[in-house]
Amino acid sequence: MATAVLTTLDPKSRAASRGMSDLAIRNLFIIPTILFLIIFNIFPLLYSLGYSFTDFRASGTGQTNFVGLQNYRTLLNDPFIWNNFAITAKYVIVSVVGQVLVGFGTAMLLNRSIPFKGLLTTLLLLPMMLSMAVVGLFWKLLYDPSFGIINYALGLGTFEWLSNPSMALYAVAITDIWMWSPFVMLLSLAGLSAVPKHLYEAAAIDRAGPFYTFFRITLPLVAPILMIAIIFRTMEAFKTFDLAYVLTSQPTTELISIRLYKMAFQEWQTGLSCAFAYIVLIMVLAITNIYVKYLNKVKER
Amino acid sequence: MRKRLTGLLAGIGLSLACSTSVFAQELTIFWAEWDPANYLQELANEYEKETGVKVTVETTPWADFQTKAFTEFNAKGSAYDMVVGDSQWIGAASEAGHYVDLTEFFNKHKLNETMAPATVKYYAEYPSNSGKYWSVPAEGDAVGWSYRKDWFEDPKEMEAFKAKYGYDLAPPKTWKELRDIAEFFHRPDEKRYGIAIYTDNSYDGLVMGVENAIFSYGGELGDYATYKVDGIINSEKNVKALEVYKELYKFTPPGWAKTFFVENNQAITENLAAMSMNYFAFFPALVNEASNPNAKVTGFFANPAGPDGDQYAALGGQGISIVSYSENQEEAFKFLEWFVKDETQKKWADLGGYTCNKSVLESAEFQNATPYNKAFYDTMFKVKDFWATPEYAELLIQMNQRIYPYITGDQGTAKEALDNLAADWNATFKKYNRVQN
Repeated sequence: MATAVLTTLDPKSRAASRGMSDLAIRNLFIIPTILFLIIFNIFPLLYSLGYSFTDFRASGTGQTNFVGLQNYRTLLNDPFIWNNFAITAKYVIVSVVGQVLVGFGTAMLLNRSIPFKGLLTTLLLLPMMLSMAVVGLFWKLLYDPSFGIINYALGLGTFEWLSNPSMALYAVAITDIWMWSPFVMLLSLAGLSAVPKHLYEAAAIDRAGPFYTFFRITLPLVAPILMIAIIFRTMEAFKTFDLAYVLTSQPTTELISIRLYKMAFQEWQTGLSCAFAYIVLIMVLAITNIYVKYLNKVKER
Repeated sequence: MRKRLTGLLAGIGLSLACSTSVFAQELTIFWAEWDPANYLQELANEYEKETGVKVTVETTPWADFQTKAFTEFNAKGSAYDMVVGDSQWIGAASEAGHYVDLTEFFNKHKLNETMAPATVKYYAEYPSNSGKYWSVPAEGDAVGWSYRKDWFEDPKEMEAFKAKYGYDLAPPKTWKELRDIAEFFHRPDEKRYGIAIYTDNSYDGLVMGVENAIFSYGGELGDYATYKVDGIINSEKNVKALEVYKELYKFTPPGWAKTFFVENNQAITENLAAMSMNYFAFFPALVNEASNPNAKVTGFFANPAGPDGDQYAALGGQGISIVSYSENQEEAFKFLEWFVKDETQKKWADLGGYTCNKSVLESAEFQNATPYNKAFYDTMFKVKDFWATPEYAELLIQMNQRIYPYITGDQGTAKEALDNLAADWNATFKKYNRVQN
């Protein structure tokens, strides 16, 4: 496939008429990209791996010492860090499950002929086009116990969404669900509209119930694309920073990225924070791998 | 093709080269985004009129101020010639060589004698009592309190208060009275609450709020010279102080768990609370009727005394330092020379800046200029501050981690929180090989 792309430059194309060869095109587009990747991604990645074994501080002029695995030991023995991981896990589960339920549900509702379907879909997509920090700022106002519209609409009085330590994380997750359900909805909608109509007709002829149809036809056929949505959302939820940072500063909402930010740019413990970042990277890779394995299995069916 | 590319590259190179060449007649001062920075810009405009040197005050929101400044320092960037840096940065910035040593300048202009002693001690000198100075005290600041005069002076309220507590309702002189008054005015069903305090744990808001209690209860955070904290940060006095701060939290408006100077001024302007803790720097907005509908009925008092009569307040405020990586250090020195003159300091105070100049502070003109200047003058001679060691950010985060869950989340006891904090701090000092006797 790749070689086919490389060798068949359309002779009538503008590039060909300017006398550019396939090789020139390749060099023009691919080499800069690879260079960019190496300079801005791969190189810092390896460099920070080196830092993670030292006590380097970007703010200091002191000597940098090699400390071996000490940073990793410190981090994995710190109860606060474990707490950050537990909080993040809880957040990822609540937020991704919520997004899949709401997103897939909305997609099911939209997957029929209704008036103004296009307009409706576009409007539903608006939340995910906003900036995270902006969403955080206005949800902070919506949640406000004194004048927020949420308490007013639900008749909750002065219920404290963000300053109640046990509620704050859910409040952040609800905001995230509001913002990113449309993304799951969009992908699910694409999956749903690709399910061949004749399968439903056959099921109807066989008098299959709606639940049976859903679990035996709809879900299996949409599953691969839904899995992709879940992978994306899990990775994003794992990295959530701005939303939680803007909304609240409860210790119960201190996600790993927030702790990492504080460690790296407020305390300037550069070596330690590099090690922390690597632990997070390994975890994300592991989780993504499990998903991808599962995705492949789903596709094979 | 190749020629064109070379031309393009040359063009980019040339424009880069031009943009980095600095005109010596321009100076940039970096500060946080708040009213005093605007006053400093006005003062700097005067300097431009006199000398032709353009001085720009560049600002960024408080939450990013530290991160942005230190990112620039660590990159040895020359974007800022001077920075009006927070008092607790001084250790980190001087040890890492980010600040120019101003000792000679300090002694030449006898700033030791002309500036209020607390401002010299906390804004300029590092390490403590070393006689080495790194900044010129610029914006003096400390925590004070504003209160609703109309609520306090309502005859019905005064009568009810006297009946309940046995003494007259007046601006509190002690933390006990502060607590009583907060309890008295706390009426959630009327949407009126007792008190507004700092609770934001993302930088130093909460810690400075708690410091007001600790210092006035006669406590300390530790021995700043020997780094000893055992028995000091977790002393009996500090436990009591932390308990009273937590009790005050009960009398705050709903959702008062991430609040700092903005929210605490809103507590007064939006009729939420009877009393509100805030830095003096934010009081100009409270006497201005455009920003505070209750301006006429807003009064001020200094941080009350503790049970043993100790009376201290948490220090805010900043000094101006010259950044080592600046390409205009000579011009910056000239600006500072102009800045420390008595007449400039007077102008600075007139514009709304909180001068640290003793003679201006002591003048009747300054003390009568606003309803809070007298309280400011009283406070500036009894202030204390957080650690200024290079690892202060770690100490700050550890303190937030230990006391925030206790105060806002009702977890554990004050003693446990402070014992754990002492252990955290000991570990941190050990990590950086600080002496501990």
